[in-house]
Amino acid sequence: MTAAAGPTPGDQGPPIARQLITLFRSNARQYGMLVALVLVIAIFQFTTNGKLLGSLNVTNIFLQNGYIVLMALGMLLVIVVGHIDLSVGSVAAFTGAVAAVLMVSWKLDPLLAGVVALVIGGVIGAWHGFWIAYMGIPSFIATLSGMLLFRGLTLFMLQGQPVGPFPESFRAIASGFIPDPIGNGGGGGAAVHITSLVLAAALVLLLILSDLRARREQVKYGFSASPNYVFVIRNALLAGSIMFLAWLMANYNGLPVVLVLMLVLTGLYIFVTNRTVIGRRLYAVGGNAKAAMLSGVNSKRLVFLAFVNMGVLAALGGLVFAARLNSATPKAGNGFELDVIAAVFVGGASAYGGVGTVFGAVIGALFLGVLNIGMGIMSIGIDYQQAIKALVLLGAVYFDVSSKRKTS
Amino acid sequence: MERSAIRVDDVLLEMRGITKTFPGVKALDDVSFRVRRGEIHALVGENGAGKSTLMKVLSGVFPHGTYEGEILLGGQEVQFSDIHASERQGIVIIHQELALIPYLSITENIFLGNEQSTGGIVHWGASHDRARELLKRVGLAESPDTRVSHLGVGKQQLVEIAKALSKEVTLLILDEPTSSLNENDSRALLDLLREFRAKGLTSILISHKLNEVEAVADTITILRDGKTIESLDAHGEGMSEDRIIRGMVGRDLVQRYPDRDVEIGEVVFEVKNWNVAHPIYDDQMVIKDVSLNVKAGEVVGIAGLMGAGRTEFAMSVFGRSWGQFVSGSVSIKGRTVDVSTIPKAVKNGIAYVTEDRKTYGLILINDVKRNVTLANLPGVSTSAILNEPKEVTVANGYRDRLNIKCSSVQQETVNLSGGNQQKVVLAKWLFANPEVLIMDEPTRGIDVGAKFEIYTIINRLAAEGKAIIIISSELTEVLGVADRIYVMAAGQIAAEMPASEASQESIMRAIMRLNRAGVEEVVL
Repeated sequence: MTAAAGPTPGDQGPPIARQLITLFRSNARQYGMLVALVLVIAIFQFTTNGKLLGSLNVTNIFLQNGYIVLMALGMLLVIVVGHIDLSVGSVAAFTGAVAAVLMVSWKLDPLLAGVVALVIGGVIGAWHGFWIAYMGIPSFIATLSGMLLFRGLTLFMLQGQPVGPFPESFRAIASGFIPDPIGNGGGGGAAVHITSLVLAAALVLLLILSDLRARREQVKYGFSASPNYVFVIRNALLAGSIMFLAWLMANYNGLPVVLVLMLVLTGLYIFVTNRTVIGRRLYAVGGNAKAAMLSGVNSKRLVFLAFVNMGVLAALGGLVFAARLNSATPKAGNGFELDVIAAVFVGGASAYGGVGTVFGAVIGALFLGVLNIGMGIMSIGIDYQQAIKALVLLGAVYFDVSSKRKTS
Repeated sequence: MERSAIRVDDVLLEMRGITKTFPGVKALDDVSFRVRRGEIHALVGENGAGKSTLMKVLSGVFPHGTYEGEILLGGQEVQFSDIHASERQGIVIIHQELALIPYLSITENIFLGNEQSTGGIVHWGASHDRARELLKRVGLAESPDTRVSHLGVGKQQLVEIAKALSKEVTLLILDEPTSSLNENDSRALLDLLREFRAKGLTSILISHKLNEVEAVADTITILRDGKTIESLDAHGEGMSEDRIIRGMVGRDLVQRYPDRDVEIGEVVFEVKNWNVAHPIYDDQMVIKDVSLNVKAGEVVGIAGLMGAGRTEFAMSVFGRSWGQFVSGSVSIKGRTVDVSTIPKAVKNGIAYVTEDRKTYGLILINDVKRNVTLANLPGVSTSAILNEPKEVTVANGYRDRLNIKCSSVQQETVNLSGGNQQKVVLAKWLFANPEVLIMDEPTRGIDVGAKFEIYTIINRLAAEGKAIIIISSELTEVLGVADRIYVMAAGQIAAEMPASEASQESIMRAIMRLNRAGVEEVVL
């Protein structure tokens, strides 16, 4: 019986301005981060004299942040279901070390070693999930224990020494580029990487088609769909930026393998969270675990599975990171958990569970990545970098909390 | 005119022309409200009528300047900037949701935020003495160092009142104080209010329970749609619950319970020799040898006092969601079914509508449609992939059928009124298409109009041949809606009777008989 939704001061303007205001308000959490990302790119583009959006730097943004994005996909589910995982840095280090020892000391095939590492990641996730979901240990504590445990096991595994280098085929997942069977770019040649452009165009087409479909459904079921010109502008901007980035990368070595991996998995997780029964139930458990349980949702099993999934993705992140360094080191992945958690929260997830999107988490990770690389180009000291990132995290979450307060 | 009828010095509180506007909504529209010194003044109205908003204006939750109109306390105009300012003037509110810290002692709770201290050092001795004295005033025989979590809801309510008394209260406001109390505790609380009145304390009582209002109040002010409708003398002629309801809903509500004319069929749901132990202490039996059955199209009521084991029984049947299962069987349409987990219970056709919709019933941060489909997601998906258009159609269907008032099925349930939230919970279980619907306190905290709608829905479900169990602490409700009544006490079935032969007295007698027998058993 308190504040009810109703006309607000913003509703007095001319129709188009009014529409835009309500549109922005209702989607502030969706678009806010995207706008912030574009803004921070623009600022760095200016302060670095146009270096940020150079072919090499754009490629590097993805190469340097691929593993954070991959782990953020898992962390998003863990946070949505109402928990946290502090162990991902150590788990990434441990699984990377396992793969390294298998490949270097045991001369195992890289593919097989990778699969073994992913399975071990899943088992570690199950270990955490068991204590958290079935034994009632708070996730903060169970995964804090895991953080120490797997850091210790990493040291044991590597005997305190870095293990490497790796076979070329393994390194490709972190630093390789897709081949160019259509054109003859790639391999550092001067030609434009045609396959990359074709793939980007296909992605754009896919996004536009799915947006069209969603829009048709909205209209059909009488929900307020955004006006036509907004739809056109939105898709034009999206298509433009994707093709622009692809063009930049096509002028270097083409799309990095890790970017393709990232895009495929992001698409898969967006689908799972939005369109599947299990995705819906994850949000329900995070929103109110007791009510979900009393509605016949197996809350415990979902929490367990969220941690298993996190373990597998932490292992994947660990593999990518090891491949990038070309060695597994005892200190690998130190502090990753904080970057990954920050990415998810910057992307609009709620620390209380039940709220958050895969898209947001990916944008959050890229946002922090752009911040890193931009400040790096500007040669800002690591001390200032840390402080700036800290304040950005605080600011993003404050924005989220305050916009939530306004809508409820 | 009317004002001259009361001498000015008799009036403790006067609120004049209070108007409070939220964006787009006038929550209070020129409301006037006058409370005489030493009376019990009841404030009634449907949900959304503006009772809570008015009390928030009075207590400074909405500070001076955010509303129009004036507040006079003892003839002096007052302007509160926050709750502390109103508390300093002796206005204390006890909210519906108790604000006690369960892990602290009674004393610590009473003086929380108001510690008896000098220079930051608490005087525990003096605090305990004061607390003991306050507990005596509210008639609570507990040691002041008892942890609040060890007390029942009724006693916790008394601790809240003791806390209010510790603040030199001149005007005590109770918001739905008996909504979670059983009949005995409610009666004791109302007696306490009368005692306070005898000592000259003024109180404002907000309640949906009109029988209590009628029993205890001196004056009744009715709000409707943010306006003062009337102030009635509760001791005047022609005063009755129906008279109050007429003021609240603006028309005569001829019937509180809709008629039902249903052919009752075969036994659908049967529980036999159900025994359940306490969730932690496995030697303590909470449900003892309970057997009951419900026929198709039949509404069965389970009456009993709080703590009789009704909710515990229902939840233990519903996928063992309470306690430790010991023995017993459940059958549906003559076939014994497995109810060992909630998903199995749901699959076998049992639905349980919880008594606490906010904590156990709804995902408040989710919208209406997501809540409606939660218990039957396979019903709106093909091979685990959601069919969102179908989901919207389903949700819209229930919105129309149950008359759920929401801007669209995409509205978050946290913003709905209590009655509409309850309908969403009902919709969720209807979509799961159960054979048996167990409803625990289905009308708690919702207004008269919404109650009638819920009863109508219950009737319609019975007409469709569902078996329905209603658990309610309001005896009139059980008598009004049920065809047959089981009375529970001390974890057992104390009596079974057709509703046509039952009365409040016969139910209470059955409870007392069993409770007495239980006591004698212990003595022997």
